[in-house]
Amino acid sequence: MAGSENAGDLSRILYVDLARRTYWVEERPELFTEHFGGAGAGIRLLSEECPQGTDPLSPKNPIVLAVGLMNGVFPLASKTVAMFKSPLTGNLGESHAGGRSSIAIRMAGYGAVVIRGKSESPVYLTIDEDGAKFRDASALWGMNSASTVGRIIREVEPGAGVRTIMRIGKAGERLIPYAYVTTETYRHFGRLGLGAVFGSKNLKAVVVSGKKSLKFKDPKAYRALYEELFNTFCKSPLMCKYHELGTPMNVLPLNMTGSLPSRNLQSNRFSGAQELSGENMAEKYLGRRTACAHCPVSCIHIAALREPYESEPYFYKTKMISYDYEPIYALGAMLDLKSPEGYLKLMDTVEELGLDAMSTGVVLAWATEAMERGIVKESDAGGLALKWGDHDTYIKAAKRIVSMENEFFQALAKGVRYASSKYGGEDFALEFGGNEMPGYHTGPVAHLGYLTGARHSHLDGAGYSIDQRMYKEGLKYTPEYAAKELFEEESWRQVLSSLVVCYFARGVYTPEAVSRCLRVLGLERSAEDLKERGRAILRQKYAFKYREGFSLRDLRIPKRICETPTPLGSITEEMIRAGLEEFERLVMG
Amino acid sequence: MVKRLSVVDVDLCVGCQSCMFACNRRFGEAGLGRSAIHIQSAGGIERGFVVRVCRACPDPPCSKVCPTGALIRREGGGVRLNYAKCIACGNCVRGCTLGAIFWDVELDKPTVCVYCGYCAGFCPYGVIRMEEVA
Repeated sequence: MAGSENAGDLSRILYVDLARRTYWVEERPELFTEHFGGAGAGIRLLSEECPQGTDPLSPKNPIVLAVGLMNGVFPLASKTVAMFKSPLTGNLGESHAGGRSSIAIRMAGYGAVVIRGKSESPVYLTIDEDGAKFRDASALWGMNSASTVGRIIREVEPGAGVRTIMRIGKAGERLIPYAYVTTETYRHFGRLGLGAVFGSKNLKAVVVSGKKSLKFKDPKAYRALYEELFNTFCKSPLMCKYHELGTPMNVLPLNMTGSLPSRNLQSNRFSGAQELSGENMAEKYLGRRTACAHCPVSCIHIAALREPYESEPYFYKTKMISYDYEPIYALGAMLDLKSPEGYLKLMDTVEELGLDAMSTGVVLAWATEAMERGIVKESDAGGLALKWGDHDTYIKAAKRIVSMENEFFQALAKGVRYASSKYGGEDFALEFGGNEMPGYHTGPVAHLGYLTGARHSHLDGAGYSIDQRMYKEGLKYTPEYAAKELFEEESWRQVLSSLVVCYFARGVYTPEAVSRCLRVLGLERSAEDLKERGRAILRQKYAFKYREGFSLRDLRIPKRICETPTPLGSITEEMIRAGLEEFERLVMG
Repeated sequence: MVKRLSVVDVDLCVGCQSCMFACNRRFGEAGLGRSAIHIQSAGGIERGFVVRVCRACPDPPCSKVCPTGALIRREGGGVRLNYAKCIACGNCVRGCTLGAIFWDVELDKPTVCVYCGYCAGFCPYGVIRMEEVA
């Protein structure tokens, strides 16, 4: 039953065992008071649950879905953190998603859900305040489109408006190590292969719903602080920036400075930037903007694509396809697709299959260059001639990755690191710690950050933004400066992703503001305490990574990033290696 | 003058649910359990959203099906809930054609819009606003 509880009393962990079809709740208040939930709780739970050396696709790999103290309480605290061992990198797997996921988990009364074991047959979970139910998912297994799965569950399960429906597509079922989990159709736990971990457990979907109400010792103080924060967000430039054009507003500025990787980073400029710019996409295709629950920004941009049926005259369908900067980079710029329709069709295919758009784009870009250089032949690809800008062929290739129809596509299905180790072409295999490259070639710090980031994501330490600041202020790269900035930024982001606040809100949720929010929740933490906590969480992630065999010294640096200049000039391997050493000193410290 | 909450243009709604959280904060609480306004997708996010809230009917069906007279008609339209009289039978929830009466589990009583307009102050896109009943 939906009851009330004190907002600061988050402590319940729902454990689900898929093999035995049981669940239970454990009270773990310290995960929230000491570690704030989210990433802080997630890494502790993962370290407990995942034995050293676990095969990521074995039943022993747990799935942790964690929220934090600020979810459902303050605006823009709208994210859920997933922790698992990644089948793509073989190491720490962490991915964040919005939609309604965090509100649903929090309002069902849980701080985290831990999913163990493997179901004998396809299953989906429904979770509410009373616990978990195991539903037969045999009829949903093998469906062509992940959105159909969402449609069906939406009809047969209660909780419209206060639930999240996380699900996988075929890619997850077929254990592609860069398969996503999608939620509310357009938001994703995209990176590092959570979808394959779902698939390996025969877990098709997780539905969570809840409607709790949370009390405060001082309700007036809560209301006053909420109103102040809400008004600050509504007046801040981020609101307008992310609402109007969304993340694709970055296409033109990044292209102009020569930071937008195109044709597998053979170029730092994309000739289709104008067509795929946020401005053009909004003007010609934007059909709807939507928001995550409890976030007024509404950055999600959905294009309406009207397509004719070829079999019948005057007969059309309109598809609603989301677009963001990263997929435009990976499936647009990297593949040199200049037509928005072509890009949207490929995006739609990738969504339906259940693949991470970023990894898929980088994999296809590598494959195209490999074919261009004769490392692989058309015959390897079953007669498919991959060519820059040819979206129809890329759509076929994406489907063949998921069907893994021959040796070549089986290799691509394992990611760029594996494919290049098999066929050669490592120099232009754009992977960092096993994860495919994000869309910023802004300078050395971006790349250093892909290597040092605990998730090998551009969002870990936001190196691109450090590069951009150096560019603006005319600063020169030094390994000490770069490593320090990355370490401090990634550390602070651990606090945000523990609470769990969307990074778009980072300008408002300063250490001081977070400290005020926690006080309303009954926790006294100074800004300095918070920062120290962030460093501790990052070090704990690193402890997990090293336990599982990671080493900053063993990282491969793709030659290609040194061949194509950045706005800050050319990168050398020495620059990056020196930065890695500095970072190692900080993170081990 | 008697006021009610009006849905100006549902196509402006982005589904952020800030109004639902605002409604719950009337009680100084976070979350959603006591909200008298509800936003859900119209069959998937891609189809847009539905705003479920009391429209202050001039002849409210919820009041007609209340066996204890706890839902008192308000002059100009809409209802007022007399908590003391309410026996929590749930007839009003089933009786509202719009599905705009919800259940407050904490009180174990229905929850229905009180026409205060607090939620409208948190709708950044002008989907809802207070208006005078003609």
